[in-house]
Amino acid sequence: MEVPFWNKEIETLDRARLRGIQTERLKQIISWALKTPLYNKRLNQAGIHSENDIKDIEDLTRLAFTTKDDLRKNFPRGLLAVDMKDIIRVHSSSGTTGIPTVIYFTGDDIENWTDLLARSIVATGATSEDIFQNMMTYGLFTGGLGLHYGAERVGMMVIPIGGGNTKRQIQVMKDFQTTTLHITPSYMLHIHSKLEQEGVSLSDLSLRKGFLGAEPHSENTRLKIEELLNIHAYNSYGLSELNGPGVAFECVYRKDMHVWEDGYIVEIIDPVTGELKEEGEQGEVVLTNLIRRGTPILRYRTRDLAFLHPEGCECGRTHRRLSRILGRTDDMLIINGVNVFPSQIEEKIMKIPEVATNYQIYVDKKGQLDRLTVRVEIYPKLFLGDVSNLEALRVKIKEELKSSIVINPVVELHEPGSLPVSEGKAKRVLDERPKD
Amino acid sequence: MSKQLNIFVENKPGRIDSIAESLCKSNIDIRAFAIQDRGDYGLLKLIVDKPEQAYLALADLGCACALKDILAISIPDKPGNFHKLTSALAQNNVNVADAYGFVLQPHKTGVCCIELERQQLAMAEKIATEAGFSILGDEELYNM
Repeated sequence: MEVPFWNKEIETLDRARLRGIQTERLKQIISWALKTPLYNKRLNQAGIHSENDIKDIEDLTRLAFTTKDDLRKNFPRGLLAVDMKDIIRVHSSSGTTGIPTVIYFTGDDIENWTDLLARSIVATGATSEDIFQNMMTYGLFTGGLGLHYGAERVGMMVIPIGGGNTKRQIQVMKDFQTTTLHITPSYMLHIHSKLEQEGVSLSDLSLRKGFLGAEPHSENTRLKIEELLNIHAYNSYGLSELNGPGVAFECVYRKDMHVWEDGYIVEIIDPVTGELKEEGEQGEVVLTNLIRRGTPILRYRTRDLAFLHPEGCECGRTHRRLSRILGRTDDMLIINGVNVFPSQIEEKIMKIPEVATNYQIYVDKKGQLDRLTVRVEIYPKLFLGDVSNLEALRVKIKEELKSSIVINPVVELHEPGSLPVSEGKAKRVLDERPKD
Repeated sequence: MSKQLNIFVENKPGRIDSIAESLCKSNIDIRAFAIQDRGDYGLLKLIVDKPEQAYLALADLGCACALKDILAISIPDKPGNFHKLTSALAQNNVNVADAYGFVLQPHKTGVCCIELERQQLAMAEKIATEAGFSILGDEELYNM
């Protein structure tokens, strides 16, 4: 397979030299971070008083983690490390839980970020000949503008259509013969379901590639998208605290995402103890941004669960590959001492045909013990009208779940359409145990 | 075979009401009903004048419902007749798990509706007929 590069030297640099670059860049970032009150205090506590106290990236592990809460507490300007006149852009994440988080970029910061996105796009095999329909929301959200700049840098023709308006998206795909999409996996599936209605077949279009981002999705979802739309789909990872997309991206082999390690230091930790995990072990992704002065962020706890592949990639890049996001630490429930991820429950119940697509996980206390209740909707087309069948279904769900999560749940059967529908950040988990 | 509509309903206030509302809008006449309670949910069982039409109306509403075959046995409303039926079924080893009954004409006729597996249903029909009971046909039941 032909392996295209944007910057072959950096992308295939040997690990020792890559570490050298990381150390140099970390020193620069630390010198900026020291200008913010939060990092000044924390770096001093860790015995880092100037960039000269950093000899190797390993010295960073003395520093405490940065959390989303730290960012919120420093809203709006607490983590601004440069003079406001040097800032040329701001991005902010929605404040779904109250105070938003904010990231400032200098001109150089935007330049560095754009370069990593150009690198990401070229790694997938896309070129300046491609027509790029950017279907992510533009604005304060980083997904739209990030890829927009990267695609322009590569020289693609960019269609800055943004999100939504399915009818128009399909028309534009046809009119401009779009080859490459940037889209969320769920919107991709939605678009596919509307093609027929719009009287458009795949042969009317020239789609070849889709960059899937902003939502964790399973390998099965990728395969489904590739099959339905006859395209290659590439997983993309990033979060606004670390610039946005372009932290990690899949190459032409589509076997998990290369983290651009000259731009980021990636660590995998145990979400409970904070200890570092070995390569290949699953844990929480912790990232340090090495290329942004405006808002330095060190050792940021992403709350995303993944692992790093220890072995190299066939493409020859030396930058390690991050697995798909396998869950979120803030989703994890501890039930009677056992760790349970809602994704484990979802995986089991979605395999049972008599269960519809909606479910809810409910946790409360019964006496001293935690009680897990899984609420599922029954699928009307497979309802036989018998209590015995329903009770057999209940037992089947219980046993499937017990074998996977070790806990014996209460299973409730609900009417179709009666549980809250998933919309974006769905409230699928209700934890009503009293807080200490 | 006579049809009964079995509807899955969550055990909470207002659920039966929304089903009744839908049937009312579709101009469905309810002849008999029973509820089988299972704690968090139950089955609402209905005999109606137009079972297929009622099924479609409820399916449109998104309900989980099914049409089940039942045996509707006409019983003279006199002491001892129910016993006559049960002993005929018992002697032939037919187990009745799901059934309900109502008076159709006071002191004249009662009806016993039995839900059984398809095979058992034919057997129960034969037993009841041989014991001297008559079986209500579809139209008789729907239009009683």
